Amino acid sequence: MAIDPTRAVQRYQTPPLDQRSIYLRRLVVRALEGGGRGHVGSSLSLIEIMRVLYDDILRFRPADPAWAQRDRCILSKGHGCLAQYVMLADKGFFPIDVLDGFCRYDSILGGHPEAAKIPGVEASTGALGHGLPIGVGRALGLRMQRQDARVFVVTGDGEINEGSVWEAALSASKHHLSNLVVMIDYNKIQSAGATAEILDLEPLVDKWRSFGFATAEVDGHDVEALRGLLCRVPLDSDRPTAIVCHTIKGKGIAFTEDDADWHHKSSLKAEVIADMYAALGVE
Amino acid sequence: MRPACVNKVFDLAKRDPRVVYIGSDLSPDLTARMKQEMPDRAFMEGVSEAHVVGMAAGLAMEGFIPFVHTIATFITRRCYEQVAVDLCLHNLPVRLIGNGGGLVYAPLGPTHLAIEDVAIMRALPNMTVVSVCDADEMVRFMDQTLDWPGPIYIRLAKGFDPIVSRKELGFEIGKAIPMRVAAGGVNRALLVATGVATTRALAAAELLAARGLECTVLHMHTVKPLDTAAILHYSHDVRVVVTIEEHTLVGGLGSAVTEALVDGCALRLPLIRRLGIPDVFAVKYGNQDQLMAMYGLQPPQIAESVWEALKLTSA
Repeated sequence: MAIDPTRAVQRYQTPPLDQRSIYLRRLVVRALEGGGRGHVGSSLSLIEIMRVLYDDILRFRPADPAWAQRDRCILSKGHGCLAQYVMLADKGFFPIDVLDGFCRYDSILGGHPEAAKIPGVEASTGALGHGLPIGVGRALGLRMQRQDARVFVVTGDGEINEGSVWEAALSASKHHLSNLVVMIDYNKIQSAGATAEILDLEPLVDKWRSFGFATAEVDGHDVEALRGLLCRVPLDSDRPTAIVCHTIKGKGIAFTEDDADWHHKSSLKAEVIADMYAALGVE
Repeated sequence: MRPACVNKVFDLAKRDPRVVYIGSDLSPDLTARMKQEMPDRAFMEGVSEAHVVGMAAGLAMEGFIPFVHTIATFITRRCYEQVAVDLCLHNLPVRLIGNGGGLVYAPLGPTHLAIEDVAIMRALPNMTVVSVCDADEMVRFMDQTLDWPGPIYIRLAKGFDPIVSRKELGFEIGKAIPMRVAAGGVNRALLVATGVATTRALAAAELLAARGLECTVLHMHTVKPLDTAAILHYSHDVRVVVTIEEHTLVGGLGSAVTEALVDGCALRLPLIRRLGIPDVFAVKYGNQDQLMAMYGLQPPQIAESVWEALKLTSA
């Protein structure tokens, strides 16, 4: 069942995906092929957000994942982990071929990320609404230790149905956590359908603003726009930042786009994988 | 016990810069005192337990030792998934201080009665569950929390409970304390209790001694990790093991001790009697002692239960 996100707040003239974005999606499909399953749409909407964070914004050392001065990137929508796994592999936190073991018995890469197993993963997520409270604690802890590292929390849109997100938002604002950045992957389709129908989040930017955040919205697939915006965070020296990223679920593979059916697939057949590769230009 | 606990957090914070205190709309006095001396490390957060536990996890990830304090029902039931995932899965040194464990909030009704807190905390991997019996023991326990790995659930009693613990018996997390060892003759009954139920168990043992029955009383201040060795040691020659807890009989101390006996006794189990709260929500208010009596947890009732159980074994 394809859902037309008619309530999309803002539609952008997204530039075509460049070779790097297509390459990263191929890596996602490689992991999907290895595991035969995965959150397809939820990961594909995140690719540019994670790409820009890891390529241009975050401070990290793949050989020293616990480096004290690193920025902390918490993927709160843990089901979108493939987008983070491919970035961590691409940056050398672990070898690329580890992706092939996705969800397998002995793999470090499960269907949701675990901090104890995967170098570069800051928090075990998957249960929704946990990343922002943890991010608030980490941002407080970093500030108490006079560290200038920043905390980036990437949430989903269905995820922010959870009350704990808004509890944490109140607290982040109260503590003036300018070292905390929340990025909302607003693809407007959650597991069971359109966010507008299941639990409407609008007016979403106003909500974050009213909770005390400096806000911005951006085309979550426009690499230049994301880079330009994220280079300017924190957007306010006394407040946390919230960036609403308008994205398309399943972005980059035409037949998975804007379709709640592609939120998660548990038995991906070889021919479907072949179709995905073909859609990404792989013969 | 509550003042002893929160005051001790303050002391620990003075000694160790890793210690932070997070109240969830509770204990403004301590927060105010701490804020004067260490403003960075005292937080008064809102009525937002799910967030508070996650925030504590985040602080622990950055090297701090957060003590989170609110009412026991809310710090266990309300944010159970955060406790499971944020604290236990990450195995972080966060200390949850649950105010009013058991029947303390009797007049406030079942929304405030933490009668299953030990069971649900005990079910989580990596969690340590501690329920001391009085304020003095609380102080000895709190000194050990700094370097204990992983999360701890600390069950507080009402406060101003009689002091029955003894310094010379020491305190070690995970090590049961034999508070009374049956003197002479045949040791026929072992009483295992936790929290302020230990106080009642000791009083019951006195009553039984007056009737000529000597019992051993094992104080199981740490319900998890359970001191199985102590249970097996002190139960090896008894005919009856009686557990006493201010907690539902589903999954608490009685269940833990029974599991230990079943798993650890190769050939012959003693008779086991579990005294606690039946699988119901409280239907009365009043006070803690009244509800304890309603559930058969006052010393004369405990003594009678032990006596009756022993009669069964000699029948």
